[in-house]
Amino acid sequence: MYSEKVMDHFTSPRNVGELPDADGIGETGSFKCGDTMKLYIKVKNDRIEDVKFQTFGCGAAIASSSMLTEMVKGLTVDEAAQVTNQDVADELGGLPPMKLHCSNLAADALQNAIADYKSKQQSA
Amino acid sequence: MQSRLVYMDHGATTPVRKEVFEDMVPFFQEQYGNPSSLHAPGREVRQAVEEAREKTASILGAKEDEIYFTSGGTESNNIALYGLARKRDKPGHIITSSIEHHAVLDVCRDLEKEGHRVTYLPVDRYGRVDPGSVEDAITDDTFIISIMAANNEIGTLQPVGEIGAVARKKGVLFHTDAVQVVGQLPVDVNELNVDFLSLSAHKFNGPKGIGALYMKKGVKIDPLYRGGSQERKLRPGTENVPGIVGLGKAIELAGSEIPYKKKKLEHLRDRLIEGLQGIDEVLLNGHPVERLPGNVNVSFKYIEGESVLLSLDMEGIAASSGSACSSGSLEPSHVLSAIGLDHSTAHGSVRFSLGFGNSEKDIDYVLEKISPIVERLRSMSPTYHSR
Repeated sequence: MYSEKVMDHFTSPRNVGELPDADGIGETGSFKCGDTMKLYIKVKNDRIEDVKFQTFGCGAAIASSSMLTEMVKGLTVDEAAQVTNQDVADELGGLPPMKLHCSNLAADALQNAIADYKSKQQSA
Repeated sequence: MQSRLVYMDHGATTPVRKEVFEDMVPFFQEQYGNPSSLHAPGREVRQAVEEAREKTASILGAKEDEIYFTSGGTESNNIALYGLARKRDKPGHIITSSIEHHAVLDVCRDLEKEGHRVTYLPVDRYGRVDPGSVEDAITDDTFIISIMAANNEIGTLQPVGEIGAVARKKGVLFHTDAVQVVGQLPVDVNELNVDFLSLSAHKFNGPKGIGALYMKKGVKIDPLYRGGSQERKLRPGTENVPGIVGLGKAIELAGSEIPYKKKKLEHLRDRLIEGLQGIDEVLLNGHPVERLPGNVNVSFKYIEGESVLLSLDMEGIAASSGSACSSGSLEPSHVLSAIGLDHSTAHGSVRFSLGFGNSEKDIDYVLEKISPIVERLRSMSPTYHSR
């Protein structure tokens, strides 16, 4: 059902956890199926220096969160903002059709984290 | 891949027993006659089919001509419900429960489109239907009550005998989907007062694709298919002879072993439940006592069932879940919702269904492997950290 890459990210997820001094925190969830993701970013010189996630969800939800953190680490904030859920699924070698819309939400969590970061910048 | 396999998904299906398989084999290449044929090869096979029917009837306390072979539980449920509804000259009323298998619920929904009215009775937090609520729901045009004998997900046993007594008193026909119960617990159609009962061979170590419908003598329904006189025209089509023979053997064996199997499985079940409840924030779903001997269904709070299943699978443990992610429908199981679980608790449900092959060692192995899996997934979960 899942690709090897998905299973790899599920069994050895990268960048799990919290960032206590995060510059932006984004949360998202699928109201319908109940998956929840929380993403933390640390930004330095406009680059995503560190990123961590927490996810409540199925194998696809955990793997896509992990994959996204690998994809955006080191990117500028604007570059990271271009990453879509589809990019994450492609990078994972595809996801079962059923999972594409419910569990593949990591990029949305990142958008929210970036928005949080930007709003903090403005108010700072 | 790991070499160990601990199969705990007997609620989904069971392996065919050696004795059952051996009895089936001759009916593929040696005794291949059509039971409807007049000649010797046909007659020989007819006899085997009728012997299987006798065995099935005897286990259920039924008469031979009340047993109709079908392709399994789904077909039996469909034949009974559609058959009765379409025999009527005008739409009527159906009573069922909110936690039936989809093979009953989906038929009821479809019958609503044909103009019938359906009452979906609620259940209590253990998944039990109140027989009093059945009685209260009966109207002048109620033509069938369909309540399952035991729930496939949470294992809760229904008070089928009491519901049957209500149905009899009120003169309403009663169907029970007993797919999870036949072969696990004693079932007597007279004691239960049922008019229809569905069963499926692969749930008690028989082959897949074969089941039966018990229909009380004198009840008339409209067949789903037309085409031949097999199964007294209720289910036309050349009989699945190897399957029927396998069902007969499997039900005979299961019937004779029920007391032993029940005791063994209940012991393993209770050990597993006790062990799982040793983990923090694990809830037992279903009734603590009135449950199938082999059914364990728990919710691990803060984590999701499919990710538990994937992790168990990597350790060679086969189980199932009612979470949205594993249901293929994006919705958590209707059964878990009906017993009042919130979305996230339903999401974390895992079912272990035990069977003949399971041992004490299997229970130890599952308990050894599950704790670190739950711990790992919780360490990743935002809801666990913000609890």
